[in-house]
Amino acid sequence: MSETKDNRLARWAITAPPTLFLLAFFLVPALIVVLASFQYPGEFGGLAPLFDHGDGREHGLTLENYRFFASDFLFTEIFLRSFAVATASTLICLVMAYPVAWLIARSPKRHRDLLVLLVILPFASNFLIRVYAWMIILGPQAALARMFNGVLGAFGLEPVSLLFSPFAVLVGMVYVHLPFMILPLYTNLEKHDPVLLDAAQDLGANAWQRFWRVTWSLSLPGVFSGSALVFIPVLGMFAIPDILGGTRDMLIGNLIKDQFLGVRDWPFGATLSIVLTLCVLALAGFAAWAGKARRGGA
Amino acid sequence: MALLEIRNITRRFADFEAVSEVSFTVESGEFFTLLGPSGCGKTTILRMIAGFDLPDAGQILLDGRDLARTPAEKRPIHTVFQSYALFPHLSVGQNVAFPLRMAGVAETELRRRVRETLEQVHLAELAEHYPHEISGGQKQRVALARGLVNRPRLLLLDEPLGALDLKLREEMQLELIKLQREVGVTFVFVTHAQPEALALSHRIAVMNRGRIEQLDEPSRIYSFPSNRFVADFIGNCNLLEAAVIERRDGLLRLAAAGLGEIRAPASDAEKAGDKGVLALRPEQVRIGAANSASDDANRFPGTVRDFLYVGDVTTYQVALDNGCQLAALRPNDAPGRARFFEVGDRVTLSWAADAGHYVRD
Repeated sequence: MSETKDNRLARWAITAPPTLFLLAFFLVPALIVVLASFQYPGEFGGLAPLFDHGDGREHGLTLENYRFFASDFLFTEIFLRSFAVATASTLICLVMAYPVAWLIARSPKRHRDLLVLLVILPFASNFLIRVYAWMIILGPQAALARMFNGVLGAFGLEPVSLLFSPFAVLVGMVYVHLPFMILPLYTNLEKHDPVLLDAAQDLGANAWQRFWRVTWSLSLPGVFSGSALVFIPVLGMFAIPDILGGTRDMLIGNLIKDQFLGVRDWPFGATLSIVLTLCVLALAGFAAWAGKARRGGA
Repeated sequence: MALLEIRNITRRFADFEAVSEVSFTVESGEFFTLLGPSGCGKTTILRMIAGFDLPDAGQILLDGRDLARTPAEKRPIHTVFQSYALFPHLSVGQNVAFPLRMAGVAETELRRRVRETLEQVHLAELAEHYPHEISGGQKQRVALARGLVNRPRLLLLDEPLGALDLKLREEMQLELIKLQREVGVTFVFVTHAQPEALALSHRIAVMNRGRIEQLDEPSRIYSFPSNRFVADFIGNCNLLEAAVIERRDGLLRLAAAGLGEIRAPASDAEKAGDKGVLALRPEQVRIGAANSASDDANRFPGTVRDFLYVGDVTTYQVALDNGCQLAALRPNDAPGRARFFEVGDRVTLSWAADAGHYVRD
């Protein structure tokens, strides 16, 4: 009897600190953001008080922020553009990462750890430095831009700037997030039993059918987790569009950052954050539902 | 024309010859077994028939047509893998439907055949389950159903019963025989378990070191092994080193090492001076109390050194007085007694003049 009591105590002692940490530093701030999205902005930034101080200032709760969001199509447009960039980045990452992950998973066991290390090696240098490096690579004086504009010139077209363009944003997004797609795919593909491919071939599947019906189907969990690991950070990313994008390439991340640090409208920043979170949750819910329907109904 | 003809195939891996100039034929409807210890080349042959590997020399013909240029997915040959290799993301029914889908069978026909085949292996009610939800024996049946559903010309089975426990294995053996008879598909079965091979096969090819040592019906493999390896590998066997003294009237007089003169049946053209072994099965050796009467031509006194009691029978290891050790088997058929003899008992071993099989070197 006392042993089970000890066990319970031990379990509690181990799980309590991280639980409390998450409650204090994740759930509570999240709730504060929810609350803030229904508040008025303070006169000099921050939030207006919840209760009347009798000084005639705005106070209490309001739906004004959400109304403002809905009133201007510009915000929706930025949302749509962000989702488009996130979707494109995810798809490009998937197409590029799948063969890499597959090759690593199929390479001799003694090489795999080294190859995985190479995939995550870029993380060893600072994120901003790596993004600034792209400024140089894509810059107008760099070989890439000269070559590209040379080709355009040969066809009698005006030169264009690679840098400060949606293209540069996409390149940066894909570059930074590619490892997040490769790793879950590799972890998944590495577990596949090669005899399943033999079995599929034996039962009449050609190379394409073997890939589609066995490898791809079995790798779907990896595809989903990799996609989530790319899609969600890209959606909130502001540094890359700031550095590599032009003025017309603003994404939600930039918009939210501006609300907090630029125009100092915290409640509207909070509102944008909440809308973004709800969109992501809806998407994740849909993915889960679709996955279940596929498995159950097929 | 034979359904499958293997002509002189050889397969080398680096400096190791896994299969050396092997030839055999399999007739339509036959249950053919490749039997041998691990590393004897039997699985390599199976992989070459399936199309996962190609011989370095020789030909594999199906219905008289060379398969060398036919990839595995185009061969009307299916395999039941040792690990079953069921698709974990597909239900039992979808697994069985897989080869039909690959063949482009229409949906209604596909459903009918999946249901029929699942009924044949008594799994109709598990069609919606996933492989991780069913037992080992059930997985085995799913693998069989998947291999048989679109009626291949040939079904290859790679140690399919190896992962099952004994009781289940025996059940599955009976069912395999029944199933093969029902569907009429030709089976090529690979195993290292000789009781399984004896129980299931129409013919057995006993393999060792990349070669076929003997190819025959199970009863002939067991009773008339063609060499030492087969005699030793199949069942339990006393191997008595012996030279031929004389051959007369279908009987041999042999000089057995550590035993003296014994009599044995002659088989082919043995002549005086030949060396070899007498393969004598423990069940051919009678064990009786010391000095008990018997008409057997070969009689030797000895002492029980050890015994292996397995319930229905007991195998006694007996040290003969002239130095040789022999195994003798006796059914435990006396009412009220577990067995007949204990360690240290004095006994007489005997066997008939026509028992055993002499194998020349």
